Amino acid sequence: MSKFFLPVMTLWQREVVRFLRQRSRVVSALSTPLLFWLLLGSGFRASFRPPGTPEGTGYLEYLYPGIIVLTLLFTAIFSTISIIEDRKAGFLQGVLVAPVSRASIVMGQALGGTTLAVFQGALFLLLAPVAGISLSLQAVPAILAVMVLIAFALTSVGLTMAWRMESIQGFHALMNLILMPIWLLSGAFFPSAGLPSWLAWLMRLNPLTYGMAALRGCFYLGNPASAGPLPALLPSVLVTLLFAGGAFLLATMTALRKTEES
Amino acid sequence: MNAVPAVRVTNLYRHYGTRVALAGVNFNVMPGELFAFLGPNGGGKTTLFKILSTLLPASSGEAEVFGHSLVQHPHAVRSHLGVVFQHPSLDLKLTVMENLQHHGHLYGLRGKLLRERAAEVLRRLSLVDRTNDVVETLSGGMQRRVELAKGLLHKPKLLLLDEPSTGLDPGARRDFNHYLVQLRDQEGVTIILTTHIMDEAERCDRVGILHQGQLVALDTPDALKAQVGGDVIAIRAARLPELCDKIAARFDCAPTVVDGALRVERLRGHEFVREVVEAFPGEVQSVTFGRPTLEDVFIHQTGHQFWTDTENEGRAL
Repeated sequence: MSKFFLPVMTLWQREVVRFLRQRSRVVSALSTPLLFWLLLGSGFRASFRPPGTPEGTGYLEYLYPGIIVLTLLFTAIFSTISIIEDRKAGFLQGVLVAPVSRASIVMGQALGGTTLAVFQGALFLLLAPVAGISLSLQAVPAILAVMVLIAFALTSVGLTMAWRMESIQGFHALMNLILMPIWLLSGAFFPSAGLPSWLAWLMRLNPLTYGMAALRGCFYLGNPASAGPLPALLPSVLVTLLFAGGAFLLATMTALRKTEES
Repeated sequence: MNAVPAVRVTNLYRHYGTRVALAGVNFNVMPGELFAFLGPNGGGKTTLFKILSTLLPASSGEAEVFGHSLVQHPHAVRSHLGVVFQHPSLDLKLTVMENLQHHGHLYGLRGKLLRERAAEVLRRLSLVDRTNDVVETLSGGMQRRVELAKGLLHKPKLLLLDEPSTGLDPGARRDFNHYLVQLRDQEGVTIILTTHIMDEAERCDRVGILHQGQLVALDTPDALKAQVGGDVIAIRAARLPELCDKIAARFDCAPTVVDGALRVERLRGHEFVREVVEAFPGEVQSVTFGRPTLEDVFIHQTGHQFWTDTENEGRAL
């Protein structure tokens, strides 16, 4: 067992230590979502009230859980992007020639990225009063648990892309083409109520929709009515669990193919 | 020579699309050898290094490390390998010790054993007082040593080094080479390195010359140089082709034109120099004469000069 877990732990720890030594990364991963939230949230407040939510729900409040997912997405992605360079001219070269399974390498990377993302997301939780959400004591662990699942899934998606890519430029293109739409169509930005059916279907097929729903559901554990119409909590958590597992499997397979058969 | 070779490579090919990087390479390296692959950039050295270090599969052919097939038992091969990359594989944001700890964990080392091994390699490479320094604050030569320390931490039987002296000044290069020789002598580690620096290859037990994906020569440095017929004379002249024909006719030899000079391999070269200058007064601009070097071996084997202009910056010895 230690043959699998020792490499996992060591790679995981490395990600976290590196992150903490680069203060600018901590700030930049938080500042963009924060800016988005304050500008969009305040800007749309006058003209837009999310349909299906109770009276008094402002856009700032609606967007808040969505921005947390955006924070998770950004952090997960930025922690995986470094792998592209690292593999050709960096620390990862040494990892790849070591007698460790590719699955344990990917697992270490995924847990590292997840930890950073959840850490940033948790910092955002402190802003709940600004959003007008009062968090109950049992909501916080539930929210954190869902964040872990979402972050693990998104980091794994990032890893799948990063292992496949030869250049950082290609990664940015994929990010704009795939990851941002996935976020926009997850219910983070607008709910599915009242949308044209093709758009509603796209949202229904988007795995992140269920992570988003689970997170939103956890924010309103005491009074689900305030969350507006959402997929039910338990199935949402299950779908997110599957998403995380599937994305991890995909990342591992990509790493295997890239290193053993290229 | 009944021992299992440290490395056995048979008919190894590697293509990148239609480009052939390795075109049927065969060689054995015996345990305890210090072996160099010499060749210009693009000759196939890096491809061979990547295949041996399990980073790249061969297109066809076989390679074994201590009897383990690279394809069938990469795990067994990896546990015997210490690898020193051309681009550092250190985490620059971490300290020397942290880098060693992570590396040790990847090889299943932990706790007291890991601390002892780390202390040992740091002592051996004179890095003890840098143990807790962040790697990016160290000089290039120092980083190379940390890189080597990392490669040795798990006591590999085979050490692979890709262009280990890249970015080192001559002093640091000599030191580094000294460590390698010491390592072979004291621990019996088999060492294979790639280089484009003659000097570095010269100090190895055997040298394989790679050119356009083929192993054009393989022997000890002395034996390789003995293949060149005697001394090497290079003649510069205003009308080179004419002089070439005249010399060929008069001295019964086959001069080649390499890098703007006539090149002749000849026994008793000093006498030849005098004869040429006397025979064609006024035509010869300059003559250089010397014992053959590995560079001459390369030219002798391939008919090409070793360096093209773009690679000259690496030539300064």
